[in-house]
Amino acid sequence: MIQLRSVTKFFNQSDPALEDVSFHVRKGEFAFLTGPSGAGKTTVLRLIHMQEMPSRGEVRVSRFSSGRVRRRDLPQLRRRVGFVFQDFRLLESLKVADNVAFALEVTGAPRSKIGPRVQKLLGQVGLAARARSYPRELSGGEQQRVAIARALANDPLVLLADEPTGNLDERASAGVLRLFREINAMGTSVVMATHDAALIRQHRNVRLIELENGRVVFDSRLSS
Amino acid sequence: MRIVREALAGLGRAPLLSGLSVTAIGLGVFIIGLFALTAHNIDVALSGVEERVEVVGYLEEDASSQQIEVARGEIGRFPEVEDVEYVTKVEALYEAQRELTEFSDVFSDLEVNPLPASLEIRLRPGFRTPDDAAAVADRLAAYGFVEEVRYGREWVDRIYALRRIAGGSALILGGSFAVGAALLIGIAVRMAVLARAREIAIMQTVGATDGYIRRPFLVEGLLTGLAGGLLALGLTRLVHTAVDRTLLSVEWLPSSWALAGVAFGGLLGMAAAGRAVRRELRRLDAF
Repeated sequence: MIQLRSVTKFFNQSDPALEDVSFHVRKGEFAFLTGPSGAGKTTVLRLIHMQEMPSRGEVRVSRFSSGRVRRRDLPQLRRRVGFVFQDFRLLESLKVADNVAFALEVTGAPRSKIGPRVQKLLGQVGLAARARSYPRELSGGEQQRVAIARALANDPLVLLADEPTGNLDERASAGVLRLFREINAMGTSVVMATHDAALIRQHRNVRLIELENGRVVFDSRLSS
Repeated sequence: MRIVREALAGLGRAPLLSGLSVTAIGLGVFIIGLFALTAHNIDVALSGVEERVEVVGYLEEDASSQQIEVARGEIGRFPEVEDVEYVTKVEALYEAQRELTEFSDVFSDLEVNPLPASLEIRLRPGFRTPDDAAAVADRLAAYGFVEEVRYGREWVDRIYALRRIAGGSALILGGSFAVGAALLIGIAVRMAVLARAREIAIMQTVGATDGYIRRPFLVEGLLTGLAGGLLALGLTRLVHTAVDRTLLSVEWLPSSWALAGVAFGGLLGMAAAGRAVRRELRRLDAF
């Protein structure tokens, strides 16, 4: 599903942000990507989403390879890879339902299918009643749920999450984590970057990939 | 619907810059419009002149009527020639007296008719150009009994040169303004892209194609360009009316030219916007 092969990424000429990173996330797997700030977690997610390209090595996501992908292929890739950010990135001028519908509209989905799909997605994240609210009227946890519903809009194979609980309190974080587990249970792979060790400890039997200074220093699959 | 709504919102987001872009395109197309007006009126004048383009061969005193008749027949069969008229010495004098009334006394006191007989050749439409007139004149001059050939080459050449200068100046000056206008539109669109950078980044994240993101900006450029084209049309019309009323009678542009001017403004706007947004999208993404 997701494969990084000896990936190195330079943003400047001196220090690489990532060096010789390799790992494989299987279909339906739940993986935590962890490590201190600046370890390279966000860079890994951006590489998987192909917002960045590796300086060396290869990133493969489903049938898309960083070595061969063309710019015009990116929209197809990104419809199959949902992305959830720490700061939610909702459009403040749009209502909750419209924020989710937006992800379907840009793909050219027929109008008749967008409404029911949005309702279903909002129901899935427990926000059916808030469809007509604006993001600013929601709590942080609720806004993150809207962002998750948007990321799920196009039935992604993979859900990437970059510190999705970073701006949430403990209770909201637990709720978001539970939602990720439910999504994963339905077959979607999840790769979640977090530096919150306490959060990881609550979840046994998940894949853990630890980065430090741009290198993989621990991979639970390799150590087991 | 979304595209037009977003394009209008984009225009309203930076009204000063949008206004500047419209003005710049307007000025560029206006310059082209002024020269087009000049070129068109020269064309109109030329077509009037062309109808009167004729080649006249003045004949030697001793040219025989048989020679003249044979030559008339031959010249009449030239592809450029509509008709050939033989003007005798007597007819030439009569014409001179009729046309130059102030000299009628001089002509009537003459003991010897000094005016030569001539062959007056009118050219067919499509052959009334300096080159064709020159070609006919050369062949006419080849007859031994033809003393001199005239067809007003100099001023026909000058009018054509003037038209070429008007056309060339329009291209150079109008083109320079058009490039300036395209740069301004580029800045306006880049600012619009930056103002919406967050939204565009989210669109890219959820899998919008470049075409989907680009379309509202293209429409914004098109609308800016069309507004500039209309402004140019209005300004050209103003100048036309002013000149027509105060200086000399000038004809207004054919409607196809006016439409082409406005369409050119629109296309210029759209092309400039397309180029700017393509660059910005690539800057925002990995490729």
